[in-house]
Amino acid sequence: MGFLAPVCLAFAVFYLYPAIRGAWYSLTDWNLLSEPTFVGLDNYATLVSDPLFWNALKVTGYYVVLTIALQIVGGLGLAALLHRLTRSLLIRSLLLVPWLVPSVTTALLWMWLLDANLGFFNHVLRGVGLDNQGFLTSPDLALPSVAVINAWSGVGYTALLLYAGMLLIPPQIYEAAAIDGTGEVRQFFSITMPLLRPILAFVLVVSLIGSFQLFDTIAVTTKGGPVNATRVVYFYIYEQAFTHFKMGYASALALSLVLILGVLTFIQLRLLRASTSDLT
Amino acid sequence: MNLSKIGRLVAWLCLIAALVISLFPLYWMLRTAITPGRELAADNAGLLPGNPTLFNFERVLGLATREEARAAGGSGADLNFFLYLRNSILYTGLITVVQTLMCAMAGYAFARLRFRGRDTLFGLFVAALIVPPIFTLLPNFVLVKDLGWLNTLPGLVAPTLLMTPFAVFFLRQFFLGIPREVEQAALIDGAGAWTIFWRVVLPMTKGPLLTLALTTAVWTWNDYLWPLLVAPGEESRVLTAALGIFLKQSPNTAPDWTGLMAGSALSVIPVLLLVAFFGRRLVDSIQFSGMKG
Repeated sequence: MGFLAPVCLAFAVFYLYPAIRGAWYSLTDWNLLSEPTFVGLDNYATLVSDPLFWNALKVTGYYVVLTIALQIVGGLGLAALLHRLTRSLLIRSLLLVPWLVPSVTTALLWMWLLDANLGFFNHVLRGVGLDNQGFLTSPDLALPSVAVINAWSGVGYTALLLYAGMLLIPPQIYEAAAIDGTGEVRQFFSITMPLLRPILAFVLVVSLIGSFQLFDTIAVTTKGGPVNATRVVYFYIYEQAFTHFKMGYASALALSLVLILGVLTFIQLRLLRASTSDLT
Repeated sequence: MNLSKIGRLVAWLCLIAALVISLFPLYWMLRTAITPGRELAADNAGLLPGNPTLFNFERVLGLATREEARAAGGSGADLNFFLYLRNSILYTGLITVVQTLMCAMAGYAFARLRFRGRDTLFGLFVAALIVPPIFTLLPNFVLVKDLGWLNTLPGLVAPTLLMTPFAVFFLRQFFLGIPREVEQAALIDGAGAWTIFWRVVLPMTKGPLLTLALTTAVWTWNDYLWPLLVAPGEESRVLTAALGIFLKQSPNTAPDWTGLMAGSALSVIPVLLLVAFFGRRLVDSIQFSGMKG
């Protein structure tokens, strides 16, 4: 039993115990200073009629769809290129560099690249005769910009995961297809994609859970603004807890997020039949 | 030139474009960091600055006087870089080593040992995988605060020092994939589970474990929210939190971009060292999760 003792102790103290405490907080009114007062389901009643909560969910959903689409499409494309062109470790390491850059640094760096006045991207826009854009200050562009930032940071990682999955596909299948005169594009859609499904499912689930936790980029660049255009649910919870000191309400929001993610993951795994492979 | 050769050429161009997109932002960071602060408003478009300088690094590291720094467009704030670097290394090093070891033990137990309630317990860990960290972060913050551990190393490392559900899950999958023969030989020789783990399994899997530890190290190094909440104080501040705070000290209307980019560039150096020394292992560790997915 010695094998499990430390891990179980930590799990009890830092996962189970806080989970129970969090559920309890969600039934209280508490500003972190006084004693919590029990208020029953009041926080949940507030939550249901809180337009900012629904806005946060909507904004998060929009972001999740954008960033996952960018990362999966980009990652698949990159992985396919790597798979068909080269085994170079250097190229793979270089593609991974953005993922290794701390997210705070990434956010700072892109804030500068996207700066409304002096940013590099606005130089490019002006160079081709277009107007300056406030990428992070315009309500329409801010969220897509954040999605692009995080796609930049994550696409190399996604590509490596998918590339590893492609390496598992027996080369004979491609050889047979090539002999039959099947083109590269057709091979990608009729061989690679179907056989990649378990890994695609894994990547989808991991990026979905990860994208719902968007915080660092928002905290550094837009702080939820302009207006509420980037006030994603993770940042909203953080603000409720540590800016407005509404610990009870923040806990109710967090527990709701747990439930939402649980349901979404369950549906995803069901739809994608993640645990079965077409290879075996 | 036939069609497939053109196809390959186009494919290579796409791959090169992807490399440029990946790396150009980092080049631009460096380019900005070596531009004199006062000249950035006029000199921010060319591939190289007119008068490259290292002064931004000096002032960010606190090697210049406040007056000199302000004259160069800074807020006068500096980064106590080496202190934060030390804190980041302590935070990352401690968690990586202890967590990997403890989770390897647990992963091994889940993969190999039979005991009552094993699958229930493991199921609980898997369920915890999808719980967004903010849910436990709020009470954990309260716990650390109540213990009086705010702005201390113990407070910073406590929640993840011994385990994360992900690490246990990952290492269990890893041990499931190792052939049992070697252990069985030792078992026949009368060795106990403990001896087998330390003497046979760990030495045999040192390489892959290091590979997995690297992923933990990267995550911990990049962690922002938790260190910002529990250890914002100067003495216990880690690099990521320091960068966030450095940005807040920079004037909102005219951010000190050259200083910010110099600070950012400094924060990337450890990452580049990691790639230089462990590139293959890092790539392997991610590909390993792709194959296990």
